[in-house]
Amino acid sequence: MSLPLCDDRPGPSLRQERGQREVFCGLTGIVWLHRKIQDAFFLVVGSRTCAHLIQSAAGVMIFAEPRFATAIIEERDLAGLADIDAELDCVVGRLIERRPDIKMLFLVGSCPSEVIKLDLSRAAQRLSQTLMPQVRVLSYSGSGIETTFTQGEDACLAALVAQCAPMPEQAEPSLLVVGALADAVEDQFRRYFEQMGLTRVDFLPARHAADMPAIGPKTRFLLAQPFLSDTARALEERGAIHIPALFPLGVEGTEAWLRAAATVFNVGEQVFQNTISSAIARAEASLHRAREKLAGRSLFFFPDSQLEVPIARFLSRELGMELTEIGVPYLHRRHLAAELDLLPDHVQIVEGQDVEQQLDRCRALKPDLTVCGLGLANPLEAEGFSTKWSIELVFTPVQGFEQAADLAELFTRPLMRRALLEV
Amino acid sequence: MQLTVWTYEGPPHVGAMRIAAAMKNVHYVLHAPQGDTYADLLFTMIERRDTRPPVTYTTFQARDLGGDTAELFKNAARDAYERFKPDALIVGSSCTAELIQDDPGGLAQALDLPIPVIPLELPAYQRKENWGAAETFYRIARTLTRPRDEATRADGRRPSCNILGPTTLGFRHRDDLTEITALLTAMGIEINVVAPLGATPADMSRLADADFNVVLYPEVASITASWLQRTYGQKQTREMPIGVAGTRAFIKEVAELAGIEVPKEIENRARLPWYSRSVDSTYLTGKRVFIFGDASHAIAAARVASREIGMKVVGLGTYSREFAREIREAAASYDVEPLITDDYLDVEVAIAAAAPELVLGSQMERHIAKRLGVPCAVISAPVHVQDFPARYSPQMGFEGANVLFDTFVHPLMMGLEEHLIGMFRGDFEFRDGIAPSHLGGSAPAQEAPAPVVVAADGGAQVAWTLDAEKELRKIPFFVRGKARRNTEKFALERGTTRIDVETLYEAKAHYGR
Repeated sequence: MSLPLCDDRPGPSLRQERGQREVFCGLTGIVWLHRKIQDAFFLVVGSRTCAHLIQSAAGVMIFAEPRFATAIIEERDLAGLADIDAELDCVVGRLIERRPDIKMLFLVGSCPSEVIKLDLSRAAQRLSQTLMPQVRVLSYSGSGIETTFTQGEDACLAALVAQCAPMPEQAEPSLLVVGALADAVEDQFRRYFEQMGLTRVDFLPARHAADMPAIGPKTRFLLAQPFLSDTARALEERGAIHIPALFPLGVEGTEAWLRAAATVFNVGEQVFQNTISSAIARAEASLHRAREKLAGRSLFFFPDSQLEVPIARFLSRELGMELTEIGVPYLHRRHLAAELDLLPDHVQIVEGQDVEQQLDRCRALKPDLTVCGLGLANPLEAEGFSTKWSIELVFTPVQGFEQAADLAELFTRPLMRRALLEV
Repeated sequence: MQLTVWTYEGPPHVGAMRIAAAMKNVHYVLHAPQGDTYADLLFTMIERRDTRPPVTYTTFQARDLGGDTAELFKNAARDAYERFKPDALIVGSSCTAELIQDDPGGLAQALDLPIPVIPLELPAYQRKENWGAAETFYRIARTLTRPRDEATRADGRRPSCNILGPTTLGFRHRDDLTEITALLTAMGIEINVVAPLGATPADMSRLADADFNVVLYPEVASITASWLQRTYGQKQTREMPIGVAGTRAFIKEVAELAGIEVPKEIENRARLPWYSRSVDSTYLTGKRVFIFGDASHAIAAARVASREIGMKVVGLGTYSREFAREIREAAASYDVEPLITDDYLDVEVAIAAAAPELVLGSQMERHIAKRLGVPCAVISAPVHVQDFPARYSPQMGFEGANVLFDTFVHPLMMGLEEHLIGMFRGDFEFRDGIAPSHLGGSAPAQEAPAPVVVAADGGAQVAWTLDAEKELRKIPFFVRGKARRNTEKFALERGTTRIDVETLYEAKAHYGR
């Protein structure tokens, strides 16, 4: 059954679906988080499957000595032959000895550790007591039974928020941008905020463990990513105030996102325009070329990163694509409210997944372009569909004005490539 | 609990997937949480497979755990049967489902499907991918194989065999199968069934009709082949047809099992013997090579490197604990310590200590070798997208031997280039430790500044003079560490505490190969 999502117009409708889900679990977030926080290490406490997943998920074997590893639970741990706490202490000890440069260690829960009810938060407290001040130990769960793909970042950042220092009562209001962004994008946003006269701007996560921001009732936060519901809740519990906005994807999204902060911090309209006008002009010029290639083309989203709704809004409004179905693993209606308002009428949003039925619908709709995960892309290409692998939307700098055309190019490339090849 | 940076093998249910995906008209219903579907991309991305692997996952979530995950499994199995209409269904659990103990085998039997249902018990906290593949193949054979059709024993029929072991995601299985099929056909042997790659459940039922079994990959097929031997009296091959000698031994063994003569001119495409004898290969003599991989490929690579190309094996190991005995025997014949471990960090230490000039390993050893500045070639799984080349590139048979010659030799510096570097050590372009010029110079391994005084065993100390230290720098970097250790040992044994240029050359003469 489909339910309307808007009160005042036909708007997009929502249907929930249950069945086989073809999505990553939250452990996958480690792949980018361990590059983002440059002195953090991620230790998954799980099975060989977890180790194999992270290794395979993004072809990450390019990092010969990555800052992540798996403590693999073995039969003797389950049978109670080994003291699992002592075993974990031993693994962490070996790790810290090998990597003395580590300042922050995340113990990451997995499906097996959750099912056997291994208390990693207690383990993190215990290990922190022995390893502080050299290493701070935190924990979160990236298990597939609780998290889908990008929700792993949400769980990680929520754990970080709990550890951030309190902001002094008398502090001036400050802006916090929440969600891992490519360093280049973060630097661009920092420059815009500086030009607007905002001097107290922090990013979460910071690039180093020691630089994590202080948080308090004077914190005003902007979400840079649409999948951070637990993190937002943790921030609100500490008194921080959410600035609702579109997400910074495309010209429209980026302008609205920056404007939301500018309004809260009383930035004058002229200053705001001076800050962004040249970047907007550049971005619109380059989007014009992409629009010629994409306008009128139809698009189908399989659920993956939770970036689907804002990206669909961008592709529909700025590039003229026709939306068919937008699959999302999970829909956070409050954070996405402004985004949903901008989607065209009658778009079908499907929350959850039954991959077989969704494939049937995709085949019936014959979209010009299908956004899907790596497990589905080649089989769909072989059936004659043009696809865009959704993981690239997470692993590419796409936010902000300067990246709007790069984001569009991710969608033009599969179509151009299909037209280019003669074999 | 085991600290793992990289893992050589996936969990056992991934091994089961490799069997299911290799076969036709088989479907695998896997009780697993969401996220375990990552395994699909191993097939669709690494192997560039154009269809999804035939696997249905139940993808249970935390909220299902309080409810009825068993019902979820039954629905998934029923839906999978209705949608895919397979000829046989295999069912089992991944690591997480194993903990919730839903018994997929019993649940699937209760559905009363009109096809064979094969339950798998793959203990995820004890076993790994290759074992899972072998066990799955065995369970399928046990369930489906029927006694021999006596008509196949009729007089005048050509001898026949099965080829057992090739799977999806196997290291060059596709091309090995083409090569060995051609070889057996040229010998006048009929191929009864190839399995699991391309086999249907109906094909599996005919396994016993063959006269003998060719075990292409023991890691996958040896349990099944042994069962077939016990049950139906089918003999099996033991020789790995890798390298010229390996292929010759394999041909001889097959001829004996088939009761035929070895045909003449079967070797007419073997180029390795002449390439190895041609004078430009002289520089390969005694090249120090470290080998690590699955047991079958590692043992075969050691034999080819040492006896067919003339290199020196300085390390041999495997991550396949099931084949530790075979590796120990092989290592003993090269007078090296066998390395049996699935700990990537241990492998790294062992390679660094052996100071090889070439590493033959998996994609993981490629990283170690890159960091150490040593050339490397890949000879074994775990696989990577590059291990599925577009071109024909078998490892087995005589063409496979040709491929191995190129594979082992191309990463190395060519003979004359190596000589010039030896002669003009200060040359600004042909620097010490740099990659071969035809491969583009990757960053050379930086050697830490040598300590002038070193503490050796027993607290005795030896000091290097400045001249001796300079002279040591003229020794090629990959053996320099060894030369340093040998010289210090030599000095200590003689009660010398000061190493000068004389001592260095005396030690060199003492240890000279």
